Amino acid sequence: MAIFLTKDSKVIVQGMTGSEGMKHTRRMLASGTDIVGGVNPRKAGTKVDVDGTEVPVFGTVKEAIEATGADVSVIFVPPAFTKAAVIEAIDAEIPLAVVITEGVPVHDTANFWAYNNQKGNKTRIVGPNCPGLISPGQSNAGIIPADITKAGRIGLVSKSGTLTYQMMYELSDIGFSSAVGIGGDPVIGTTHIDALQAFQDDPDTDIIVMIGEIGGDAEERAAAYIKEHITKPVVGYVAGFTAPEGKTMGHAGAIVSGSSGTAQAKKEALEAAGVKVGKTPSETARLARQLIG
Amino acid sequence: MDLFEYQARDLFAKHGVPVLDGEVIDTPEAAAAVTERLGGRAVVKAQVKVGGRGKAGGVKLAADPADAVEKARAILGMDIKGHTVHKVMLAQTADIKEEYYVSFLLDRTNRTFLAMASVQGGVEIEVVAEENPEALAKIAVDAVEGVTPAKAAEIVAAAKFPAEIADQVAEVLQKLWVVFVKEDALLVEVNPLVKTGEGKIVALDGKVSLDENADFRQPEHEALEDKAAANPLEAKAKEKGLNYVKLEGEVGIIGNGAGLVMSTLDVVAYAGENHGGVKPANFLDIGGGASAEVMANGLEIILGDPDVKSVFVNVFGGITACDAVANGIVQALELLSSKGEAVTKPLVVRLDGNNAELGRKILTDANHPLVQQVDTMDGAADKAAELAAAK
Repeated sequence: MAIFLTKDSKVIVQGMTGSEGMKHTRRMLASGTDIVGGVNPRKAGTKVDVDGTEVPVFGTVKEAIEATGADVSVIFVPPAFTKAAVIEAIDAEIPLAVVITEGVPVHDTANFWAYNNQKGNKTRIVGPNCPGLISPGQSNAGIIPADITKAGRIGLVSKSGTLTYQMMYELSDIGFSSAVGIGGDPVIGTTHIDALQAFQDDPDTDIIVMIGEIGGDAEERAAAYIKEHITKPVVGYVAGFTAPEGKTMGHAGAIVSGSSGTAQAKKEALEAAGVKVGKTPSETARLARQLIG
Repeated sequence: MDLFEYQARDLFAKHGVPVLDGEVIDTPEAAAAVTERLGGRAVVKAQVKVGGRGKAGGVKLAADPADAVEKARAILGMDIKGHTVHKVMLAQTADIKEEYYVSFLLDRTNRTFLAMASVQGGVEIEVVAEENPEALAKIAVDAVEGVTPAKAAEIVAAAKFPAEIADQVAEVLQKLWVVFVKEDALLVEVNPLVKTGEGKIVALDGKVSLDENADFRQPEHEALEDKAAANPLEAKAKEKGLNYVKLEGEVGIIGNGAGLVMSTLDVVAYAGENHGGVKPANFLDIGGGASAEVMANGLEIILGDPDVKSVFVNVFGGITACDAVANGIVQALELLSSKGEAVTKPLVVRLDGNNAELGRKILTDANHPLVQQVDTMDGAADKAAELAAAK
């Protein structure tokens, strides 16, 4: 099974013809993703040869869906155009929009999130400022390297890209059902809770690894959700214990404000919900290993 | 980015929020002419990005221009909770009858915006929220709909503003919303919003925090940056486009990806507990495509930090291949020594992931006397802490 993304997913790329878009379209194709098109109004009707695969370019997301049956869009457009691209994807009612772009103004994200709500939440948004998601051996929507690990029975949800890779690497011999990078911005579409819920319902996931970091209260709310709704074992990791108050640590959302958003508070909330929290990524991987037996 | 009060006031004025006339100065002598212009009396207010300046003696009433010079002299240079006062704002005096509170902010939890309002202003709003929560109205604002006249009226009613000023406050709220949206703010706060003896509503003091991700469409925001206050290493890193935060420890850190770097700081701090309590000296994320040049820039900043005793380079090759990173380190060290900058601090390098074997071999072959490799993140952190403690 896997969550959100399967071998049947048909993927289009908004911003495919840009340099990042092209680089990662190539990588996604190489890892077996069914890329059915790109979107660029100025190059509509053309085809792009990506390492021997002809990928058609459409003028709009709507046209791409009509022509190909696409159900996933990966968005690589620059921050200034991200809001328009996501709104276009929402209007086309694509089931999953993965926003890789870093540096999107929070007013824009709050806007397209509110717009999606108005339209009845027909589109699942992942990101922005995220590495995307991968269901190893099935499909890869974003920039997560496909060769770190194989298909397996761990579900992973993380705010951080490189910690996602690190965790997949540490547990590469066991493998993952899906790994979802939800992003490090203050406002994101899919949350820890959404992924936890989906992993709980996924018959191919046995345990869940959840990676959080300082800022906001997403981890605390996830802990409350785990206590109420998750019966599968969950292992957690939180980054940023040494982060000073009031400083943004790389991710726009990674900031301790006053006494809220600290790593310590998140760790305590998760532990109170029965989650085993590792002190380091390696220890977290060891805990996961013990639980999967 | 948090703004000074006078900068917030300027943004309010720009979008039609009523404020008092005022001017910012940085020498006591300048206070006389400004006070004269303001009508002979002025409030002298320390410009610091920290709360509680009034209690600390940072706000004083000046009865005449000569008095204003004295008051400005007393406040300039004052230390308020670790912030030195470099500027004071002279503002018109106001006949304050009542003090209120209004703000718009990002509500991360609910992924929307929030209006907060209270008729108990002039004190720290956290205190009101704690001691008298029903006196603080919190109303969600839809990002698409914004603050319509109806929404403004809803906020005014929820906070129970008196009927005779309800329309004026609603008007101010709509203008303040324009500040919030047009300036890409994360927070706009007016505290206090006052009613004067003439029944006018005026924003007397304000706080604004801006979203730096919006800088590409806010060209005027760069001028609002307090460059003088930035740590020199942070300023230098920013010039080079590096994501760097100076901390107080001894182990310099370079890594790729914000999450991994944050994690590296933590792991080094834990390791430091066994090595005399050494701590991470900085946060530095060189990002995905760590070229030799980026690595050199990063190393230069970290090696230029006198607090740094050892350096830990922690890279997980995801998209970036470790051989490219290893070449980057080798070239960076060559580049620095060719610039005549003697590298004397030990470097501990941990490479994992994409092409790690190749990367490790490049470093082994380069055989730089100060570079040593450790295979695991925890082990490398321990080594870096040990080396820092030994210096």
